[in-house]
Amino acid sequence: MGIAGLSLWRRRLFGTPATGVVTILIGLALVWLAVPMVRWALVNATWSGTTRADCAPGGACWVFVKARFGQFMYGFYPPDQRWRADLAGLLFVFGAAATVFAPPRLRLKIGIAALVILPPLGIWLLAGGFGLRPIETREWGGLMLTLFISVYASLIAIPLGILFALGRQSELRVIRLISVLFIEFWRGVPIIAVIFLASLLLPLILPGGIGIDRLARAVIGLGLVIAAYMAEAVRGGLQALPPGQREAATALGLTYWKATGLIILPQALRISLPAMTNEFIALVKNTTLVLVVSILDLLGIAQASLADPAWVGMNMEAYVFSGSIYWLICFALSRWSRHLEMMGRRQHR
Amino acid sequence: MTIRLLAATAILAASASLASAQQLAPSPTLDAVKARGNIECGVHLGLPGFSFADDKGEWTGLDVDYCKALAAAVLGDAKKVKFTPTSVQQRWPILQSGQVDLLARNSTITFSRNASLGLNFQGINFYEGQTFIVRKATNAKSAADLDGASVCVAAGSTEEKNASDWFLERNLKVTITNFQKNDDAIAAYDAGRCDAYTAGVGALAGQRVKLKVPGDHIILTQPISNDPQGPVTRWGDERWQLIVRWVLNGQIAAEMLGVTSANVDQMKASSKNSEVRRLLGAEGNFGAMMGLSNDWMYNVIKQVGNYGESFERTVGMGSTLKLERGQNQLWTKGGLLFTPPFQ
Repeated sequence: MGIAGLSLWRRRLFGTPATGVVTILIGLALVWLAVPMVRWALVNATWSGTTRADCAPGGACWVFVKARFGQFMYGFYPPDQRWRADLAGLLFVFGAAATVFAPPRLRLKIGIAALVILPPLGIWLLAGGFGLRPIETREWGGLMLTLFISVYASLIAIPLGILFALGRQSELRVIRLISVLFIEFWRGVPIIAVIFLASLLLPLILPGGIGIDRLARAVIGLGLVIAAYMAEAVRGGLQALPPGQREAATALGLTYWKATGLIILPQALRISLPAMTNEFIALVKNTTLVLVVSILDLLGIAQASLADPAWVGMNMEAYVFSGSIYWLICFALSRWSRHLEMMGRRQHR
Repeated sequence: MTIRLLAATAILAASASLASAQQLAPSPTLDAVKARGNIECGVHLGLPGFSFADDKGEWTGLDVDYCKALAAAVLGDAKKVKFTPTSVQQRWPILQSGQVDLLARNSTITFSRNASLGLNFQGINFYEGQTFIVRKATNAKSAADLDGASVCVAAGSTEEKNASDWFLERNLKVTITNFQKNDDAIAAYDAGRCDAYTAGVGALAGQRVKLKVPGDHIILTQPISNDPQGPVTRWGDERWQLIVRWVLNGQIAAEMLGVTSANVDQMKASSKNSEVRRLLGAEGNFGAMMGLSNDWMYNVIKQVGNYGESFERTVGMGSTLKLERGQNQLWTKGGLLFTPPFQ
């Protein structure tokens, strides 16, 4: 920061006596809040050791998080198989990166290939079978499960959402009606109720009891709700486009699907990207609701580990740690969406 | 002649086997458990001492121990049990819909649950009840000694109502100090603002560990409310209910009879007590009468232990919770723990 930057900040923070006073007051409040927090979390905290007894009173006991780190990340997933979860995560990151950084001409092809190959591959790696040791979903947990639910629920939600958003704009009455009904129904039902119904009522109604996996039911339920939200986000984008776009495309002789795929959706999705990211961030946080049906995601496993008599009373540590991870994920997502927006705007010019 | 004799023996043998087959009522749950190779046990999501996963992800606790005992009895191996953690909202539906074979989940036995939920409670594995935690220095031995004391409670809780009713009925002058949350109330107690804090025995044991100096506090063993807890099964399938009930009874009987995991081999080989011999399958065929092997209880005691061993290891003196037996002591030693005889 040069001299110019410094003087700019001085002008912003202490421009007039009134702003100066406000700045000082806010600064004091921040210090007043931050000092005990930092003292608890860093200065007086205990980092090394193996049991509760090693922890000094008055500070955070990060020994607890260290001892439980494996569980916070993977739940009860067998330790010698955890590389499978790592590999699945890496593949997804790689797939996303390849799509984003590919030359524009190849981007669509790579993206579609990733969407076709990765989801089943991920499930195979995690659940096993076909040469890998099968691992029941009840052993999945922690951050891995949070990410799994978020990614797979959005894999259901995004395509469905786009379809229903288009359906809502359709000229065919039946399709419009179905879309409106779908969106309004799923938007109107509390997520927690959907998870409950999927997890508890479905097995009572369905013959044969445990037909569909418990986790799969929760993911599908979440996916359907988020699909309705996504549909509304996409509709915003569709409605922001001037009608001339479709008219021009039709005049050029493009069919409905071609016009939609080549002209309408690329523009509409770019407009609705911030709203869609919002929904995705909300989804990441809403995954914690699966706790009501005892699926132990990051928050669930943190809460469950508080019951270990060896670690009771570690509430602050458990919640601060899991909370920071949720924050990190959501913050990274929002930065990423800003970056995409900027890229989009640059291309637009 | 020989042919007729043979035929007669064959008929006799056939009718005998038919008779013994008829004695065993069909048990779809047991068949499913045997086919699956493991018991599906619904447990609490996390309750100190009763059911929780340790650092290695192994489920531990008094309720978990019961599930392991059942697996040892039914499948001969205490490890052949899988745990489904259940939240308070989903515990009944998950049992009713058949996703678990039983619940061992700190659920209080009440008339209305028994009568209206389609569930049966198979005995009591923990006598829970509301009681008080006090400082050792106060010398209080029971709730009646709390005259003139102050009690920290969460405002509007069942505990608050129970406690104030109980003291009012007995004309004891006890100051009830209200707090917004349980955590605030226990923190205030720890800070010395009240002489006592009240909750269930099991909950207090878990909370005592969190206090600054846990050893300075005692939990009064005589509770003021009655909330017995035990394993739960669905209606129907009487034979499965029989097994669930008598495995628990067997663990209690073993403690009564002095059979422990350490001496079970010796007891089985040389005990002269015929109830011990029947329990361990050295005499009679009690296991077979339920469709299990006759060494069902031998496996339980050998692999999990008797009730007392289980209690001490999970919530008792051998654990961090250091809970006294109290009502969960055998009836012959002043507690309420009881089992009908193995005859």
